[in-house]
Amino acid sequence: MRRFLRRVRSLARAEVLHVVRDRTTMAQIIIMPLVQLLILSNAATFQIRNTPMTVVDLDRTMTSRGLIQRFVASGHFDVDGRMTSPAQGNEALVRGTATMVLTIPDNFEESLVRTRQGSVQIDLNAEKGSAAGVVQSYTSQILAAYGRDVGTELRPTTGSVRAWMAEPPPIPGVPRIDTRYQNWFNPTLNYKHYMVPGILVALVTMIGTLLTAQNIAREKEIGTLEQLNVTPISRAQFITAKLLPYWMLALLDLSLGLVVAKLVFHVPMEGSLVLLFGCAAVYLVVALGIGLWISTIVETQQQAMFVSFFVMMIYLLMSGLFTPIDSMPHWVQVASQFNPVRHFVTVARAILIKGAGLAEVAKPMLILVVFGAVVLTLAIRQHSKRTA
Amino acid sequence: MKALRGLLRKEMYHILRDRRTLVVILMLPVVQVVLFGYSIRTDVRDVRLAIVDPVPDHATLELRNRFTAAGVFEIVAVVPRTDDLDPLFQRGEVQQAIVFEPGFADKLLSGEAAGLLLISDATEPNTGSARQMYARAVLDAYERDLAAGGQSMAVRIVPQVRMRFNPTQESSNLFVPGLMAMVLTIISALMTALSITREKETGTMEALLVSPLRPVQIIVGKVAPYLVIGFISVLLVLLEARLIFHVPIEGSVSLLLFEGLLFILVSLALGILISARTSSQRVAMMAALVGTMLPNQLLSGFVFPIESLPRVLQLVSNIVPARWFVAIARGIMLKGVGLTYLWRETLILAAMAFILLALSARSFHVRLE
Amino acid sequence: MTTTTTDQLAIEVRDLTRIFGRFTAVDHISFDVRRGEVFGFLGANGAGKTTAIRMLTGLLAPSSGSARVAGHDVYTESEAIKSDIGYMSQRFSLYEDLTVRENINLYGGIYDLSDSEIRTRAHRMLDRLGLEHAAGELVGSIPLGWKQKLAFSVALLHEPQIVFLDEPTSGVDPITRRQFWELIYNAAQSGTTVLVTTHYMDEAEYCDRISIMVAGRIAAMGTPAGLKEESGVESIDELFVRLARPDGAAARGGAES
Repeated sequence: MRRFLRRVRSLARAEVLHVVRDRTTMAQIIIMPLVQLLILSNAATFQIRNTPMTVVDLDRTMTSRGLIQRFVASGHFDVDGRMTSPAQGNEALVRGTATMVLTIPDNFEESLVRTRQGSVQIDLNAEKGSAAGVVQSYTSQILAAYGRDVGTELRPTTGSVRAWMAEPPPIPGVPRIDTRYQNWFNPTLNYKHYMVPGILVALVTMIGTLLTAQNIAREKEIGTLEQLNVTPISRAQFITAKLLPYWMLALLDLSLGLVVAKLVFHVPMEGSLVLLFGCAAVYLVVALGIGLWISTIVETQQQAMFVSFFVMMIYLLMSGLFTPIDSMPHWVQVASQFNPVRHFVTVARAILIKGAGLAEVAKPMLILVVFGAVVLTLAIRQHSKRTA
Repeated sequence: MKALRGLLRKEMYHILRDRRTLVVILMLPVVQVVLFGYSIRTDVRDVRLAIVDPVPDHATLELRNRFTAAGVFEIVAVVPRTDDLDPLFQRGEVQQAIVFEPGFADKLLSGEAAGLLLISDATEPNTGSARQMYARAVLDAYERDLAAGGQSMAVRIVPQVRMRFNPTQESSNLFVPGLMAMVLTIISALMTALSITREKETGTMEALLVSPLRPVQIIVGKVAPYLVIGFISVLLVLLEARLIFHVPIEGSVSLLLFEGLLFILVSLALGILISARTSSQRVAMMAALVGTMLPNQLLSGFVFPIESLPRVLQLVSNIVPARWFVAIARGIMLKGVGLTYLWRETLILAAMAFILLALSARSFHVRLE
Repeated sequence: MTTTTTDQLAIEVRDLTRIFGRFTAVDHISFDVRRGEVFGFLGANGAGKTTAIRMLTGLLAPSSGSARVAGHDVYTESEAIKSDIGYMSQRFSLYEDLTVRENINLYGGIYDLSDSEIRTRAHRMLDRLGLEHAAGELVGSIPLGWKQKLAFSVALLHEPQIVFLDEPTSGVDPITRRQFWELIYNAAQSGTTVLVTTHYMDEAEYCDRISIMVAGRIAAMGTPAGLKEESGVESIDELFVRLARPDGAAARGGAES
């Protein structure tokens, strides 16, 4: 055991020196991830800002104008106030100057008064994907609220309509549900709080995997690997010594990233950071192990980079980093169980955003531990000191 | 010409012999189309719902049934207290919760407001909000039905929604243009840069330079194979998108391919520019990643809508060639428009191609002297 | 001719072969190296010398044949071999971005030398080479000749039984080459067996015995003097040229000791 440690220490120390003295790699490890974190976190968002909207109002009554006002007041839409013809509305949609066109038919008010029902046409530019769905939800909300308000005031006997903005007084005798909404964990609905932990995990993972793979591939390419293979150092010792510096560097990166997350993006840190680091430590073994495994199947640095990138891309897309796993088709969800990144993203978000403790992240962590053992074993066995 | 042909042949051998890289290049677009098509979704389905109902009565039970019947929700837990919800949410076992106040049915009957609390896991804001709205819809239907016996208080304004340009709302339709840009960038910019710097690193570039080949021939020889591969990849992506995801191509295919060619030229020029300034493969790779791939993914409207970007980044996105190509491709594929609508974007892309090619030709010449 | 017993043999090779696909890099070579000998492994580039060495150092598995190095079988005990040998490869010797001392500490630690042992031996080595002043310098900044000598000394740091040198004097000026060979002699004096490959045929004269490889086979083996007399040539170089001709030595495979 002492011999094991001593050999590992000698080699690990040399590895650290290599890295520290290599300007490019240091930049890759420290600076690039931070820069990427800053840029990515700002760019990667599905947050809906004001949706440009055009109205084609063929009714031109107080009721229709009241509805338009609701859209303006909602704060979610940029309403183009000019009255337009249906053709112009369509043009705006095609050109992209409007994301949504609301067309109010000319019998809108009349229909509401007489039949207590009316309809409007919504044309949405569905290019925006999920944004279109959210815009549609906002629209439904506005329509429903307006319908309630108009309906409550509109009594069948009087036939008069008053459009107003105030909250209608409760009418006794009519069943009503008073709903309160709570958005847990991210009450301000800030996309950054969702993205930043995920991006951080992604970056740290890329470092762990990519750099490990690249590093060993480079040694193969240059020939320095041979010099170590000819010494009595065992595979386990070699791999431990190789992984240790990158493991520590990745954890360092994580710390720096968390500082940025806190200071720049004000990401909440509800749970225990110690727990987070503990989990990260385990997870990184898996990520590094994968990098190691990649290095055993490639011969050049370029291949290492490409294969790592390829593998990472698959992992990252299926990790719930950008979009929730729950929204993916069932088979993807099952497949993602085999994705270590998915588990750690879940853990990181649970700890940081939801304030989870050890008990709540025990299941994914256990899976990661198993992964770590399997990956490392595979990588060590695959790594050969002797060419067959 | 013969010398050039020889150079081209040598490049093809290099490419074909590096099996692993070749596999990655060919598989990359295929896998990406599938992944993007299936994974980037924000549908709300199978929502795991928890109920906190300390004093159940016929109204709360009725509502609970309605939620299950709605098809979107699935009741996975019923707990006595709100506090019990915390670990459930933290473990991710529950995404939405309803907390009923006691005396719910009585309040409804007497015309007082019956209260309940809708809790949503808003870690991911969009789905978090969407869930609340689905829940609200169930409640609205219940309210309406309750009052159906008497006066229905709300008028119904029914929206007829038409989703334009992407009627099936398949996310794959959206990503294919961006994917094409990505694939082309990898092949044209990244691989070109790597290929040229590799020659520099191993010293064989000098051998090429002292040969009778002129510098422009060397560049063409090294770059042409990637142009071909890029083109083939784009065709592969389009084919795959059509066959697997039935992505439409409403407009002119030849226009699309022409614009693709323009974009390839831009990327190639970028690759050459990068390689002119670096002499190590690692640096070339980093520069290509940061200078082309990253902006492509983030700032081109590929995955994240440009409108969602902060102002500053929106401005920056104007100089990202991929942004224009994505807009063009989407226009042609989803909207079916032609040059009359896209002439501005095409012009910008062409101008970029021209400028970049000129710059790279000049900088390469300078380096070689 | 004296018979040599197994424990006097540092290296025993019988019909060692290595095939890569359809190419036979090493074709049934057989030879012995005695303890304390300086054995020259000559041949042109691509003749199979490096491949043979890689098999003997446990870096490459043989396709067929047998070999024992430092008493260990290369098939079953390849790891055990590594503790008893030193290796200075053609492509690489010391890490350029580490200092001299850091390189020494690294290899010392890997070979399980104690801290004091490392200190003493390092001091002695650097003293002998006159490189004490350069202990804190990056290896990359040291001139090639010194680097090679240093690399050789580091290969001997753990006092191995055998040391394999693959083209140690490539690209080095003649004076440094001679100095290098003095180091080799010193090592041999202390009982270390030295197997050195080179394509400089004049260095053959410095060895106790040599073998000449042509196209994967041993075309000639013996003492330099003996071989020259036998073939009636003035220099080993001449012998080599003769063997390397297409009709020359492919037919001759003989081992002579």
